[in-house]
Amino acid sequence: MAYDRPDAPETDVNAGPAPDLAASNRDAPSRAPTPDASAPAAITLDHVSKQFARFPALRDVALAVQPGELLAVVGPSGSGKTTLLRLIAGLEFPDQGRILFGDEDVTLAKASDRRVGFVFQQYALFKHMSVARNVAFGLDVRRRDRPNRKHRDARVAELLKLVELEGLAKRYPMQLSGGQRQRVALARALAVSPRVLLLDEPFGALDATVRKSLRRELRRIHDATQVTTVFITHDQEEALELADRVVVLNQGRIEQVGVPEEILSRPATAFVAGFVGQANVFDGEVRAEVFEAAGMRLPAEGVADGPAQAYIRADQFALGDAANEDGGGLEVLVRRAPPCTGLVRLEVDLEGRLFEAALPRREGFATPAAGDRLRLKVVGGRVFSSPA
Amino acid sequence: MAGLTLPPRAAAAAAPPAVGQDPPWVRALVLTAVVGFIGLFLFAPLAMVFVGALSKGVGPVLHALAQPDSLSAIGLTLLVAAIAVPVNAVFGVCAAWAVAKHSFPGKAFLITLIDLPFSVSPVVAGLIFVLIFGLQGWFGSWLSDHDVKIIFAAPGIILATIFVTFPFVARELIPLMQAQGVDEEEAAATLGATGLQTFWRVTTPNIRWGLFYGVLLCNARAMGEFGAVSVVSGHIRGQTDTMPLHVEILYNEYDFVGAFSVAALLCLLAVVTLALKALVEALEPQFLESGAPRHGV
Repeated sequence: MAYDRPDAPETDVNAGPAPDLAASNRDAPSRAPTPDASAPAAITLDHVSKQFARFPALRDVALAVQPGELLAVVGPSGSGKTTLLRLIAGLEFPDQGRILFGDEDVTLAKASDRRVGFVFQQYALFKHMSVARNVAFGLDVRRRDRPNRKHRDARVAELLKLVELEGLAKRYPMQLSGGQRQRVALARALAVSPRVLLLDEPFGALDATVRKSLRRELRRIHDATQVTTVFITHDQEEALELADRVVVLNQGRIEQVGVPEEILSRPATAFVAGFVGQANVFDGEVRAEVFEAAGMRLPAEGVADGPAQAYIRADQFALGDAANEDGGGLEVLVRRAPPCTGLVRLEVDLEGRLFEAALPRREGFATPAAGDRLRLKVVGGRVFSSPA
Repeated sequence: MAGLTLPPRAAAAAAPPAVGQDPPWVRALVLTAVVGFIGLFLFAPLAMVFVGALSKGVGPVLHALAQPDSLSAIGLTLLVAAIAVPVNAVFGVCAAWAVAKHSFPGKAFLITLIDLPFSVSPVVAGLIFVLIFGLQGWFGSWLSDHDVKIIFAAPGIILATIFVTFPFVARELIPLMQAQGVDEEEAAATLGATGLQTFWRVTTPNIRWGLFYGVLLCNARAMGEFGAVSVVSGHIRGQTDTMPLHVEILYNEYDFVGAFSVAALLCLLAVVTLALKALVEALEPQFLESGAPRHGV
């Protein structure tokens, strides 16, 4: 598996403290995109466009979010990620196109009528309310079926247990750490049994260690509640690790939608290869579906003859053997070799050009040090025609 | 690397003085100047009012305040404030809400309009109302035909006071609401709250201390306004005299104890306002930033 799922789902459901949550979503198929084409998507964006002043935020975006899936929207800042999320939530309205929840057209429905859970980047907790009141807010403002106090308190306790904040019900947001606020925001959004949970850069404001553990938390909570979830991030690693499927957005357009494995190994566009794979770019030439550049040769199926660029991820290099390498291999000088675990990450210098190579650790093989000369071979990568 | 392992205290001691740390004599000089200025121009005159009122003891003060004309002035001032302050609180909240949480064409113009009463001399403000409602004014003949008295009567005084004190609440709230943004309102909307629920449960609690402070200032000015009220009141003793106008009348009649007694009562209002403000700030150190109590309840 290309990405890490720290908790197995079956243990989660049992351990999950939210039987009612699980029950309310029982009809949802268990995680992952369903191949069942007859079931309507949880959310459908039907060729949606949105323009702010003169700047187009989204251009003709078509996307179907499957029931119960955890979908990541990834892209650089200004790519329209937040706009996409706000359109789904009903905090903005599209200029063109339709938005459907299941079969229901919600294009013009108000945010308060959509029953979405929205976790804001800065959490937007109600500062003057305790944690418990924050979580209960969505239940307290109901005009129909407002639960009585006992039910409400039970629900709040259940949600706080789900996000592991049982002891903090009476605290105020200002007394909580960033990670705790994030959990409160999540519990508050889940309280309304949302049809879809939307998270705007859920880990953006947290430090690295908290991010890691909260990522796992989000996956666990998602598996326990089975609620259809869309989160946006500018961190491609986060998207690949966490999501069932990833949408790559660039300049308001969808570049690719796919499972993380597919996005990483078969990037549809040069942008995806560069942004998600953080690939190194090598200029060369394609002739008869073979890419050639100094020291390397790659298959380039379906790429027209002419100038082209190879996108090669750091982990798509290996130590080469001068004698029998295809294309001769790359003669590089190791500039930096920081200590690390897992792959050996090196900053290498190819005739004045620096890039990163991550080589598998091999037994009985001395880790390269700065100043060493190595020969690298290219063991993967994607070729795209050079932009005109 | 030794510098990085130093304990913070030692590191701070070794560090050069931070920018803004002026020599002690400069600080002493500036502090003395500020305290001296405040004492001379703010505290001393206020104290003189009480000294002047109490120069012949408490008895004459109470006697002066118990005069029917004084009682009438006090009553009219309270009535004016009781109407003008709530009106301005409501419209101030509305204006601030519209300006801070929404964008619409003409917004910049509206912000300028809100400041208008501050930039117009109160006397001019009073004259505007005379021009509109006075006997020679636009509605003057219609009003006199229907026997409605606005100028030289309580309604005129209330209108002029509302005009002059309008900006206090709005000006207090606009920066506060702008700083708070719309995140919490949007969160409330996604949780299913209607606009009204959002306003009462989310917006209002977040601005309560700013609103309270704005209302205090508004009230102080409403009770103390002289210029605009002077123009529209007509100075009819026992009928259209407010406290500030009454002070002037008594003073012009050389009734110094009476003048200072009423003035002292007005000053007392200022003192109470400041005390309330200090109390709020003591209870709520960050009251301008947020409405959240510091300690869990």
